[in-house]
Amino acid sequence: MADTRGVGRQSRVADIDGADRQSRVADIDGVDRQSRVADIDGVDRQSKVADIDGAGGPGLVGDSSRALASDSSRTYPLASDSWRTYRMVAGMWIRSTMTYRSSFALTLFSSFCVTFFDFVVILLMFGQVEGLGGFSFAEVAFLYGTTGTSFGLADLTMGSLQRMGRRVRDGSLDTFLMRPAPLLAQVAADKFALRRFGRVAQGLLVLVWALVLLDVAWTPVKVLLLPMMLVCGAVIFAAVMVLGASALFWMQDAAEVTSSFTYGGNTLLQYPPTIFAQELVRGVVYVVPLAFVNWLPALYVLGRPAPAGVPGWVAFASPLVALVCCGVAGIAWRAGIRSYRSTGS
Amino acid sequence: MSFIELESLEKTFTIRRKEGLLKRSKREVRAVDGISFGVERGEMVGYIGPNGAGKSTTIKMLTGILTPSGGRLRVAGIDPSPSSRLRSGRGGPNRERTRLAQRIGVVFGQRTTLWWDLPLKDSYGLMHRMYRIPDARYRENLDRCVELLDLGELLDVPVRQLSLGQRMRGDIAAALLHDPEVLYLDEPTIGLDVVSKARVREFLRELNASQGTTVLLTTHDLTDIEQLCSRVMVIDHGKLMYDGKLAGLHAVGESERLLVVDLERELPPIEDVPGARFVRAEGPRQYLAFPASSSAAPLVAAVAAAYPLVDLSVREPDIEAVIAKMYGGTREERRESLM
Repeated sequence: MADTRGVGRQSRVADIDGADRQSRVADIDGVDRQSRVADIDGVDRQSKVADIDGAGGPGLVGDSSRALASDSSRTYPLASDSWRTYRMVAGMWIRSTMTYRSSFALTLFSSFCVTFFDFVVILLMFGQVEGLGGFSFAEVAFLYGTTGTSFGLADLTMGSLQRMGRRVRDGSLDTFLMRPAPLLAQVAADKFALRRFGRVAQGLLVLVWALVLLDVAWTPVKVLLLPMMLVCGAVIFAAVMVLGASALFWMQDAAEVTSSFTYGGNTLLQYPPTIFAQELVRGVVYVVPLAFVNWLPALYVLGRPAPAGVPGWVAFASPLVALVCCGVAGIAWRAGIRSYRSTGS
Repeated sequence: MSFIELESLEKTFTIRRKEGLLKRSKREVRAVDGISFGVERGEMVGYIGPNGAGKSTTIKMLTGILTPSGGRLRVAGIDPSPSSRLRSGRGGPNRERTRLAQRIGVVFGQRTTLWWDLPLKDSYGLMHRMYRIPDARYRENLDRCVELLDLGELLDVPVRQLSLGQRMRGDIAAALLHDPEVLYLDEPTIGLDVVSKARVREFLRELNASQGTTVLLTTHDLTDIEQLCSRVMVIDHGKLMYDGKLAGLHAVGESERLLVVDLERELPPIEDVPGARFVRAEGPRQYLAFPASSSAAPLVAAVAAAYPLVDLSVREPDIEAVIAKMYGGTREERRESLM
């Protein structure tokens, strides 16, 4: 008797178990497979980490933390680590801005408008005159669109560097320096403002308009030159911004000087080089190589002679110039970090 | 080799001053002037000194924020200064600094390391990824910190809206999420109320005991040191003045304890007890000073035998006074350098 009862109970339990498990599986299957996958993922990851921890056990906290440290103190290539950091920090700021969507839309729109009125000035001017320095409206718009897009891209990605002077002065750069991530990426992505995309959008819009109006005999070389000059232009502007930020390590109020090269350079490049004094044009070719952002390649595209008596091939030198600028900016940045003084206390 | 090791570490700042229209005078200030010490794994060390002594500058060099002007420095086998990078031939301004950052935690009392405009939990999420903390470990550490530092209700609050005490707790948690082997605390209890101070201290003690985290602490609140650190280093003018047990400071500072004696009635000053010095009397209460290094028992016995004693108590010397005494000799110099 006792035996059979025991067996009976066992089988009942087994049944219940079976039913229970089945229904649970059914539930999971039926309701949402995704959560199950997430669960499995979670369990998997946990057990993997548990493995790592397992070696240590409760009494050997020091050991396991050492294992963790040696794992995490692995070094990563600077470029990929910077990119990873940038994405991470910028992503967080974008998410945090997006919590107020309508406010974001409004600021984006206003950023677009501010830069658009900038262009309205040129429109109004061409209502009065036929050409500017021998350049037609379409040609000036082409110059405007190319530098505007390049500058917009650089401003979008590196614009936060402008505020670094304050961080150097009040010592809050300390915080960035003690995190295991490249400093430049952290500072550049700090308070990443997607609204600055308004400037890029405006630049692209004017560029498209110019391309529609322009009467240019497009060759494959000219077609390729266009994206190249946009990218190299952005890189040159970005390098100038980094260079200016490096100067902030020594002169915390030098941000205005940098702005005169970046914002000022952008304004300069919107107009044809023929309206400026030769010395100024030579300056942006040889000293601060902003002419390589758009003037030199753009004049080639427009089929005009290069300014300041430079040879024709310099229209294609922008990538090289961008590379050199990056190198100089990188050296200056490193020197800057080394001479960072923090603040008292 | 010690876990943290400094060898005649130096940091010199050049100060330029305007003198007239174009003239500038250059002056070198030695913030840290040849400091050497070693800290073993799991130690809890207090690092104290007057304002401008070079405490924070030392900490900033130990964390890789500042580059030393001279000397050598190693934390967990890593030397974050750029010269070592050049020597080892491994390029990148960030390499050694980031490697070190993975293994240390830093809390500045005067400044938050969190993102000012973001809720606490977003800051932590970013730390999680920036420090490449394994998920389970992150969750475990966060849960522990939230529980012990009582952060539960604060996680959704932007950092700028936190009170000083709350922010400090948030900062301490942030510094510990990646299981640092060393924790630097630069005035962690500054501006906190008594309850918050006690909570922070309790947490640090628990951390040191359970995780074996090495802790280096600068503070102006000597209660921090008394309650947490078995070893204390005193720095002044960028030089190490004392390194040893807290109790030993008394001997160095020639400090005295105070025996407060309540007698039955007003009596002439007690001056016949050996080893004690009469300080003052307030009616039937008399104050006797004796060296901090000697025992109070024979003194009490002698007083009790000769006088009608009602009550007595012993007052420990004020460490602040002890340290002030140590600094005393150099104070004049400092005043000059500030001028």
